[in-house]
Amino acid sequence: MATSSAKQRELDLLKKKKLTFSEKMQMTWQQVRENKINYFMMLPFLVFFTLFTLIPIGASVVLSFTRYDILNSPEFVGWDNYLRMFMEDSVFLLALKNTLQFAVITGPVGYLLCFVFAWFINDLPPLARAFFTVVFYAPTLANIYFIFQYIFSSDMYGLLNSVLMNIGILDEPNAWLTDPEYMLNIVIIVQLWCSLGTGFLSFVAGLQNLDPSLAEAGAIDGVRNRFQELFYIILPQMGGMLMFGAVMQIASAFAVGGISAALLGSPSVDYAGHTLVLHISDFGHTRFELGYASAIAVVLFALMIVTKAVINKLLARFSHD
Amino acid sequence: MSTKLRRTKISVAGDITTYLLLALYAGIMALPLFYAIIQSLKPYNELFLFPPRFFTKNPTLMNFRKLFDLTSTSWVPFSRYVFNTIANTLIGTVIHIISAAMCAYPLAKNKFPGKSLIFNLVVWSLLFTGGVTEIPVYLVMSHLGIVDTYFAYWLPEIAATMGIFLLKQSMAEVPDAMVEAARIDGAGEWKILWTIVMPSVKPAWLTLAIFSFQRNWNATAASYIYTETLKTLPTALSQITAAGSVARAGEAYAASVLMMIPPIVFFIFAQSSTVKTMAHAGIKG
Repeated sequence: MATSSAKQRELDLLKKKKLTFSEKMQMTWQQVRENKINYFMMLPFLVFFTLFTLIPIGASVVLSFTRYDILNSPEFVGWDNYLRMFMEDSVFLLALKNTLQFAVITGPVGYLLCFVFAWFINDLPPLARAFFTVVFYAPTLANIYFIFQYIFSSDMYGLLNSVLMNIGILDEPNAWLTDPEYMLNIVIIVQLWCSLGTGFLSFVAGLQNLDPSLAEAGAIDGVRNRFQELFYIILPQMGGMLMFGAVMQIASAFAVGGISAALLGSPSVDYAGHTLVLHISDFGHTRFELGYASAIAVVLFALMIVTKAVINKLLARFSHD
Repeated sequence: MSTKLRRTKISVAGDITTYLLLALYAGIMALPLFYAIIQSLKPYNELFLFPPRFFTKNPTLMNFRKLFDLTSTSWVPFSRYVFNTIANTLIGTVIHIISAAMCAYPLAKNKFPGKSLIFNLVVWSLLFTGGVTEIPVYLVMSHLGIVDTYFAYWLPEIAATMGIFLLKQSMAEVPDAMVEAARIDGAGEWKILWTIVMPSVKPAWLTLAIFSFQRNWNATAASYIYTETLKTLPTALSQITAAGSVARAGEAYAASVLMMIPPIVFFIFAQSSTVKTMAHAGIKG
């Protein structure tokens, strides 16, 4: 292993020469053999990842080009499902619009909240830090939708209505959960309320793994306030965790659905709270049109991959590799 | 344990603002949890009071007592569900962390053909959602012969991708010099992973343990398990509380509060043991 850099240089030299295909394969095979231990360590994961994740995802992509109702065997229909989405299914377009509108707000705002609060509590004494971490993460641990039913209840005794009427902002109660004017915004608020989840905890962990001697060096080198420390000392060391948080944030922002279904019902009034995930579950679980549901899932997947590529570019400056 | 190093001076005004913001936000965040506990303490005649009341006038543990009475009526001894959930949570969490560490370490620290492909597949698979893979997963499980066995809970934990991503990102921050030094001392990859790398990413794997504990604790595996004796606590509790619907609303609140306790206790335990890791201070940079 100690000679690996010399070998690497040799390989780089070789790469510059024109190689035939078989020579390349031979070289790769040699590298594979040298790295047996790595593959060996990853083996358990790779086997079950293939079985429980890759094959099912592959199957869904294939199914997206078929008509499949679970009872009869799938029938190949080409791009029909994808055309149908954009040409015939106006509810899909509405779900797409809602999902995008939702993701554009909750994605970045949720991400910032996660980071800012993780950063705020990082300098606290350990006990206080543990306390705030638990409290902030609590909405994710608890099954909490019923409180939002109570807050946004549409009669005059709902928490929000009664407060707003008491202070004279409202004359009569608003139907928060059934009036399309408010519905999507309420789901957005509730999602942000529960946003200090995976990303937040991983940032807390990432900040605790920072090298304290760098903060010390920064203090000696004239870092003057906490914002300078953030930008010059902390963020450059956080690249990996920032990317992890971003991917988890993308996944949760685009996959919104559960909160909407719990608060507004599914389908919601005028489909005002309808999202892609709810549309998928509508076709996959209720109507048993699994081919079409898979096609929507593939489109949602493509949206997230594109977003991730953009974020990758934005975060590249903080990343090592 | 940690010595106080010299730090950048931070302003007092900034500190006060920070604490005020934190306290305010903590209040808002704690509200749902608080409300859940209050609901579970309300006597039945207050639960459906109209207009609704936030606090309760006559707090009672009645709901919890009735819940325990209910559990003794179940056809399978209730302790079986408790055992299943505890066993699944412990085994699932341990399996997940070991498997994720074994996969994340080569991805973070070594070079080999196929590395970036594997990593990209891991990250991309996190973005494929919508529940359309349920049927293919069922078919795979059925071919493996693990439908309706404990393995249907455990084996997917080996394949859970989030842990690999999280650990790989943290392990990448462990200085190469530390790994190289261990190699020169003759340590094998296996030993380096467990004695050098894992201790220095302790906050990361403890965080992973929290996620995994929470996921497994609430797992129902509803589509893959039919036998009553293999079912878990969340399934059993929802069966007995949903059976009574409105009449058992109080018990349902009590059940949801009880179900929250173990993950929160584990969470507090894990958070308090993530003491700042000083192991690689000074080597970096």
